[in-house]
Amino acid sequence: MSLTGIKAGASPRGFLSSPQDAGGLRSWIFSTDHKRIGLLYLACILTLFAAGVALGLIMRLKLITPGNDLLAPQTYNAVFTVHGVIMIFLVVIPSIPASFGNILLPLHIGAEDVSFPRLNLFSWWLYLTGAVVALVSIFTGSGAPDTGWTFYVPFSERTTTNVSVAVMAVFILGFSSILTGLNFITTIHQLRAPGMTWRRLSLFVWSLYATAWVQVLATPILGITVLLVFAERVLNLGLFDPGRGGDPLLYQHLFWIYSHPAVYIMILPAMGVISDIIPVFARKRIFGYNMIAFSSLTIASVGSLVWAHHMFTSGMSDLAVLVFSFLTFIVAVPSAIKIFNWLSTLYKGSIIVEPPLLFTLGFIWMFSVGGLTGLIQGAAGADIHVHDTYFIVAHFHYVIFGGTGLGMFAAMHFWFPKIFGRMYNRRTAAAAFWIILLGMNVLYFPMFILGLMGMPRRYYDYPAQFAQGQLISTVGSWILAMGLALMFYNLYAGVRRGAAAGPNPWGAATLEWTLPSPPPSGNFAEIPEVEKGPYDFAPDPRHD
Amino acid sequence: MIEAHKDYAGAKLGMWLFLFTEVVLFGGLFLLYSAYLHRYHLDFHHAARNLDTFLGGANTIILITSSFFMAMSITALQLGRRGRCLGLLALTVLMALGFLANKAIEWWAKFEHGIFPGSEHLRALPQGEEIFYSLYFAMTGLHGIHVLLGVGILSFVMILVRRGRVRQEDFVILENSGLYWHLVDLIWIFLFPLFYLIT
Repeated sequence: MSLTGIKAGASPRGFLSSPQDAGGLRSWIFSTDHKRIGLLYLACILTLFAAGVALGLIMRLKLITPGNDLLAPQTYNAVFTVHGVIMIFLVVIPSIPASFGNILLPLHIGAEDVSFPRLNLFSWWLYLTGAVVALVSIFTGSGAPDTGWTFYVPFSERTTTNVSVAVMAVFILGFSSILTGLNFITTIHQLRAPGMTWRRLSLFVWSLYATAWVQVLATPILGITVLLVFAERVLNLGLFDPGRGGDPLLYQHLFWIYSHPAVYIMILPAMGVISDIIPVFARKRIFGYNMIAFSSLTIASVGSLVWAHHMFTSGMSDLAVLVFSFLTFIVAVPSAIKIFNWLSTLYKGSIIVEPPLLFTLGFIWMFSVGGLTGLIQGAAGADIHVHDTYFIVAHFHYVIFGGTGLGMFAAMHFWFPKIFGRMYNRRTAAAAFWIILLGMNVLYFPMFILGLMGMPRRYYDYPAQFAQGQLISTVGSWILAMGLALMFYNLYAGVRRGAAAGPNPWGAATLEWTLPSPPPSGNFAEIPEVEKGPYDFAPDPRHD
Repeated sequence: MIEAHKDYAGAKLGMWLFLFTEVVLFGGLFLLYSAYLHRYHLDFHHAARNLDTFLGGANTIILITSSFFMAMSITALQLGRRGRCLGLLALTVLMALGFLANKAIEWWAKFEHGIFPGSEHLRALPQGEEIFYSLYFAMTGLHGIHVLLGVGILSFVMILVRRGRVRQEDFVILENSGLYWHLVDLIWIFLFPLFYLIT
């Protein structure tokens, strides 16, 4: 592998500094450089994440005591709907692939850019358009949507709130996600550097590849489904309305045919991040490379066949319930394979505890709790008891926030020195991690117990027997908010005045670390010849 | 500024992936169609008798023929005969417009009979027939939008061919537009029997 130095006359701030003739905002929002587009996504995602967190905090504050009337009932419905729509469609689905995927995919495979750079920029513009339309749906018309993020019919057809605009936002965002996936698949097939064989791809790239297929093949179903809700509301078409012969169950099927695979769009890239971080801080090759790569593809394919486990109480034949319950258990296997492989990589490794590894270990803990409680709902009998209770709220926040969220924070701390060329304060980062982990568990664990006690999700108020758990949960939300504030402040301070990080502060072996930090605009001065795998760490005489 | 690289295989791969998404997009509607056909097969049978098989059949022939011209236009450009390529593309666009005109006549006739989404007449029909017409308008409507997009895309490609941006040595944009056009054709080939023939 050829080491590429800084090109003569190139700026030490790499792609972050604008060329002489074009500066300012325009050089960012019209840039086709994948790294700039990735950072644009990251900025938008984090901004909207802050908005989603604020809504979550307001909800928790309202629920702190029974009978609390901080929010009116209709406002509360709107708040949990908008929290869900923002967090799912604007934050979590694009989170890692659109930001770190864009920044790193071409670097990891030794390419100049993605296959279709202009399409990539267009995807970001679509994302921005979708975000604006979503905001419009909140602040115009006769009130923000109040259906929950799932837009279940027939309520979503009959409510007078601004659902028509909100579903169009979802449609546009889906289109953006499809185009990103299409771009990534083509890039991975076509633009690998000489010597970058499929088995030398980083596991992050493998996870992006599996994710991209799900994005391409599942998202159009969501597109047509929300388009039909729009058509029912605006054009008076009757397809799901039971009053006109339609079947709301078909809506649920179509919705979950996308939205269940979508949770793998959310989690797979985080798993890829984890797979790339662990070997670096264990100073050891990843254990079971083939199985981790293969399990990403298995999750993507089997995960497309389990959607109806969201509908065990909606009315299906016993046979269908049995089949979907069985498949749900099957899809847990590849996830478990990954967990065991990560732990085996750590076993007898030379472990260096740095912030990225802490977030990674947090991911494994949170994801394991979330994954195993998912099986309780996958078991058809147990699901009848916990369906639509706080149990499921706890489960998916463990998986999505504890999993994808911590995975994203791990990625932020791992690639921060590469992207900005500076280092944050590592001790503060570690402190922030522990506060976040504590906050998450205090916030969400009581919800498991509340759910088992019978507290339904999305309810505006609750009787006194749930008061204790609700109070603890709200206190947890404050701890979590403090941890998040500390983490973002620390990263911000790192961007402003962190010490220079050098090209490879962690001693990692993937290609991006051979470049200066931040990487120059055109990436590699010459396309590298790849002669070793992504986890062959330098000073190890036993290999190569 | 990095010079845009030419990657023929990449461009084709990207296009095929896009076509997959189109198939899945319509797939959702086909799924609804099959579920409702199963539930309301008698109503579907009655409602479908009101559709004009002659107009539908004519449109099928128009679209298949246009696909043939589309394929010929690509071959013409590969052989370096730009004028012929442009002529064939113009024919394709004309036939697409003919398809849309025909479709408009068909829809208009339905509207005249009081059959349009949300109409009183439709609400009075059995529920299965209302579902049939909802599907009919949704599916042929979405397909019509795709035909309209096709007219736009093919006209744009004609400009590119005229300006020499798409030429004998670099014709992947024309070829990809052709793939799109064939897909639009193919979807109609499924829509036609489902609505006009098999119920």
